[in-house]
Amino acid sequence: MSYTKRNDGRKFDETRPVEAKAGVIKRADGSAYFKMGKTVAYAAVYGPREIHPKFLQNPRKGKLRCFYNMMPFSSMGERVRPGANRRAKEIAMVTEKALLPVVDLTESPNSVVDVFIELPQTDAGTRCAGICAASMALADAGIPMKDMVAAVSIGRVDDKLVVDLDYSEESYEDGTVADIPIAVVSRTGEISLLQMDGELSRDELKQALEMAKKACSKIDKIQRDALKKKYEVKNE
Amino acid sequence: MNREQKDYILNFLEKGIRFDGRKLDEYRPIKIETGFSENAEGSARVIIGDTIVLAGVKLSVEEPYPDTPDKGTMMINAELMPLSSPDFEPGPPAIQAIEIARVVDRGIRESGSIDTKKLCIKKEEKAWCILIDICTLNDDGNLLDASALAVIAALQDTKMPSYNGKVVDYKKKTKETLPLNLKKIPTSCTVSKIGNHFIVDPVPEEEEKVEARLTVEVEEDGTLCALQKGGDKPLTAEDIDKIVGIGIEKSKELRKFL
Amino acid sequence: MGKLLVEDKTIVTPGEELAEGMDFLPAEGTFRDKDKIIASGLGLVNINGRVIKTIPVAGRYAPKKGDTIIAKVTNILMSGWILDIGSAYSAVLSVKEAKDFIRRDEDLTRYYNIDDYIVTNIVMVTSQKLVDASMKGPGMRKLIGGRIIKVNSNKVPRIIGKKGSMVSMIKNATDCSITVGQNGIVWINGSPENEIIVVKTIKKIEQEAHISGLTDRIKTFLEKETNKKINIEKVE
Repeated sequence: MSYTKRNDGRKFDETRPVEAKAGVIKRADGSAYFKMGKTVAYAAVYGPREIHPKFLQNPRKGKLRCFYNMMPFSSMGERVRPGANRRAKEIAMVTEKALLPVVDLTESPNSVVDVFIELPQTDAGTRCAGICAASMALADAGIPMKDMVAAVSIGRVDDKLVVDLDYSEESYEDGTVADIPIAVVSRTGEISLLQMDGELSRDELKQALEMAKKACSKIDKIQRDALKKKYEVKNE
Repeated sequence: MNREQKDYILNFLEKGIRFDGRKLDEYRPIKIETGFSENAEGSARVIIGDTIVLAGVKLSVEEPYPDTPDKGTMMINAELMPLSSPDFEPGPPAIQAIEIARVVDRGIRESGSIDTKKLCIKKEEKAWCILIDICTLNDDGNLLDASALAVIAALQDTKMPSYNGKVVDYKKKTKETLPLNLKKIPTSCTVSKIGNHFIVDPVPEEEEKVEARLTVEVEEDGTLCALQKGGDKPLTAEDIDKIVGIGIEKSKELRKFL
Repeated sequence: MGKLLVEDKTIVTPGEELAEGMDFLPAEGTFRDKDKIIASGLGLVNINGRVIKTIPVAGRYAPKKGDTIIAKVTNILMSGWILDIGSAYSAVLSVKEAKDFIRRDEDLTRYYNIDDYIVTNIVMVTSQKLVDASMKGPGMRKLIGGRIIKVNSNKVPRIIGKKGSMVSMIKNATDCSITVGQNGIVWINGSPENEIIVVKTIKKIEQEAHISGLTDRIKTFLEKETNKKINIEKVE
């Protein structure tokens, strides 16, 4: 058996349709909406603001703090119990690490920049969609940033490497699957998130990174265009 | 908020307008979009001015409670998402969230707008359980009324998944809807008192100055089905009668959105 | 010879390449990476000869020495007041920096009480963002009556206009007193109807600050809202 044709008819190097919008949550200092197929992420940024509890203060630079949450009705099947479980906490942590290399908070000592990621609908690739939304929201909030980050999950389904696994591929039953979420710093091509579950050869990993870079450069353009669109001249 | 700041909101009210130019009993523009989620059995997004609230419905099959063996159940939970306001923090639901969930729950439960007997699949063994979650996306005031609208709209949007007597197949939604009684469905209007003035749909600047508020949930024929007084100051019987009048009047407007 | 990669006065996103060549000089909101000049945040490109900078279009207020701001008293100490200045950091107004001489044992609430808004001047900002304010100098005062609104501090220069032209135009058209703090806190005092017009006008400027022809659009807007003809001397 071999995975010769993707379940939804996409090309192997093709992401699901991507939609992005900046400035969707008015109360926040910056915010974004990022949709990849049926996976939807909102991100809101608050700060730099005072950090509580005080012992978390860093006098050298501001702290970046991320939160990740799936809304209780977000997934197919049973309701997700609200509250941060171990999975949500780990994803929040790797999201933070994915964004840290581009965020410069040296001008905001002792403060915090909070990033809240919420998913109202999920269909695999939630951490990647969350990172894409968060990177846009940080830029929208005017946070000093050297660059932006895009993320996509590369999958090995049976013998094929594919870009942007959806849930039907993640749960492919006729062969084994590996899921590799990857975040790419846009200009430098550096990798700021890399996780994997499943089995993979060294060569496949190399290829996967290449595929992620290509897909992320397309996502990067969509993210940047959405940020600029917010400032476009509106015809009255 | 200092006296001066309180005064300007009051000064406006004395002249019969709100500080943002609205009439005292005027809601901001309301928009309801149903079905934003394909994974929830029902969903709705309610936008009132800049306030945005999401509600989603999930269904599961559970054993009925022993004291209501022939009825399905309903549960409402609200989360004041930290992404929706600088004042909300991550963690278990704060008391404001609990109040919103309970008040919305009461209106729907007491009005009898859901025929829970029809949710029973097999007496004492199996019944549908309706799980409703409210999530705030942007808090620009009046989360309670927005949440109530969102929950009703999400319930109306709900399609039952198929059930073979053993497992629920969430991927297969049927055309069947929830057993709702439209005439009984409540709308929620919260009237707030500042000085001697009564306003609806306050924005955060006004909410800070609200002395007392009363949420009035009304069925189509004007029957009250839930009340909740909030705020630190008391209300007189006259105040309450006036507020209920406003609530009934406004509920006709709100009902048009359902 | 180097070459410009973007046009003047366009919106750029973090990490975007602005120019190539060692003869260009990076200024605020940009940095150099080898022979390229890169944007270090979301902003409006400003090219002045060979000097390239970006002017931020979003972000919280960062206190600067010399700024005249509007602050809110949040607490009272033995020797002064704590001020919320709309940034991640609060400021301290010491009794020594009050307008009048204050004796040691005096009740400080008689001067400025909690929740009062004051126009004050930032006299010192340390590397750790400790901020000192002062009431000495013309225009520093407690604000009585009126209303406070908050706008994006990056848009303050456009709200004030060249030599104060924009804010003067709004004041004249509406007969309102207006004080614009450089931290984006604005105080408005006038008749109820006119205050509402001022708020709408300022929000419009905030949204359209980066689009050229602002003064004319605002003039037309004010004329429509107030039903009055406005004659302005063109400063621009």
